[in-house]
Amino acid sequence: MSSTDLSRHTPDTAAEPRRDSPDYIKAVPLRHPGEWASAVVIVALLVLFLIGAATNSAYDWHTYGQYLFDKRVSQAAMITLLLTALAMIFAVILGVLLAVMRLSRNRVLKSVSWAFLWFFRGTPVYVQLVFWGLLAVIYKQVDLGIPYYHQYAHIQTGTFFSAFWLAVIGLSLNEAAYMAEIVRAGISSVNEGQYEAAKALGMSWGQTMRQIVMPQAMRVIIPPTGNELISMLKTTSLVTAVPYSFELYSRTRDLSSETFNPIPMLLIACTWYLFFTSVLMVGQYYLERHFARGASRTLSARQLRTLADAQLESGSGGAR
Amino acid sequence: MSAATNTATEPVVRAVNVHKRFGALTVLRGIDLTVQPGQVTCLVGPSGSGKTTFLRCINHLEQVSAGRLYVDGTLVGYAERNGKLHELHPRDAAKQRRHIGMVFQHFNLFPHMTVLGNIVRAPMTVKKMPKDEAIEKARVLLRQVGLADKETAYPAQLSGGQQQRIAIARALAMDPKLMLFDEPTSALDPELVGEVLDVMRELAQGGMTMVVVTHEMGFAREVGDELVFMDEGVVVESGDPREVLANPQQQRTKAFLSKVL
Repeated sequence: MSSTDLSRHTPDTAAEPRRDSPDYIKAVPLRHPGEWASAVVIVALLVLFLIGAATNSAYDWHTYGQYLFDKRVSQAAMITLLLTALAMIFAVILGVLLAVMRLSRNRVLKSVSWAFLWFFRGTPVYVQLVFWGLLAVIYKQVDLGIPYYHQYAHIQTGTFFSAFWLAVIGLSLNEAAYMAEIVRAGISSVNEGQYEAAKALGMSWGQTMRQIVMPQAMRVIIPPTGNELISMLKTTSLVTAVPYSFELYSRTRDLSSETFNPIPMLLIACTWYLFFTSVLMVGQYYLERHFARGASRTLSARQLRTLADAQLESGSGGAR
Repeated sequence: MSAATNTATEPVVRAVNVHKRFGALTVLRGIDLTVQPGQVTCLVGPSGSGKTTFLRCINHLEQVSAGRLYVDGTLVGYAERNGKLHELHPRDAAKQRRHIGMVFQHFNLFPHMTVLGNIVRAPMTVKKMPKDEAIEKARVLLRQVGLADKETAYPAQLSGGQQQRIAIARALAMDPKLMLFDEPTSALDPELVGEVLDVMRELAQGGMTMVVVTHEMGFAREVGDELVFMDEGVVVESGDPREVLANPQQQRTKAFLSKVL
């Protein structure tokens, strides 16, 4: 088949695009009275609730205002952020490792990964955190060296691992199990043809994973990971089980012994958590947009404008 | 066929009694085939005849089960030492593939990269080519396939024919000695087939050695130096495409051609 076979055959009337611009339709929009009525009811209920909340003395807004930016509270909020960040970083690293193990051909690696997931997803994170708190009771010291032969170093678990690090370990191991499944789903979502194309170009396994597979897997991995991050921020409130009590929830709870009213302190904790999760949601929006590159045929507003300009320049209003 | 008669040159592809088994299923049952430099070999045959599997053996996407396959005189996929075959380290297999370009039925462009990104990726990663040089080369290739204005587009924004032409440019960016085409036009709308075949024809005229699995008998007749008809894992008949198409000798060839021509 040569290019001459592709001769364009169009009726003469359609050959030149019509110059007169058409009357674009301006129809009277359909009314939706039911939607309006329900909206009015809901807004009314909301206003009533807000008035109630503002006037109810149990909320104690004065104390709320007094302690919202209390240094102890804001420090605890920073510790919550630190816990979240550290636990999540370790969880992602371990999760990727577990996912790759799960997808490998080696049966031992596969089984170990499976068993890890089975245990850490199958038990409550609160219980796991209590266990980590008891680490020093179970293993008094850790010896580094050749087992039963020669030890180079002895680590006293009770002093080496502070409650903070036990909390980080507990949170990240639990989270790694979930991250492993998310990463595995992401890697599995990449078409086999992508590996073959990269292979055929002479790329190594590592290059293929880093440059071809993982960037595409990210589109599947990022949204649930964002959810996990937001979830982790809130799960840090459970580290009181270790026990570790310098993060946001434990700190505000302890402070209520000073205010004699736990309710404003709970509201303060909620405010800080909401602030952080809101920031994270905005960040997630931009991340998702970044990794969605090339995923859709839909043209961006900028691309559409460029095409429209090109259309105007060529002088034909009727091209596709 | 003039190149094939010149025995002094080392053939680009030499297959000797190649077998391929997938578990209990034998797909190739002894393929002998030679492709000389600059020659265009078209593999045709019914689906399931093993032509795609054979093509994939040439760049070691599939491992040969028996027989020997040489590209440029080098054994593919194995290293022969003291009469024993050793599996090749993935690193060395990757080195062999660098010199063999491949174009797939479903294009397999990298969807997260622009057209330009698709083309410069392998030269930059595998050959460590400087970015400027890679981009310059990519632009030359884009002009060659007639898509110079598409370098910032993403694959999903292109038609099938355009995507396949980009895929050809991507393979050419590695300066291959041999190009493998696996049904390059089978996934295309009929009106887009021509533009891809045009690029392939120009490539053949430029002296590229090509092995093409195809159903386009017109292309095989016009561009091919040799036509190989395969069925049930063996080469049934091969020769000058015009001869084979006009005057098939084997019953199975006749039966197949009567259905597709």
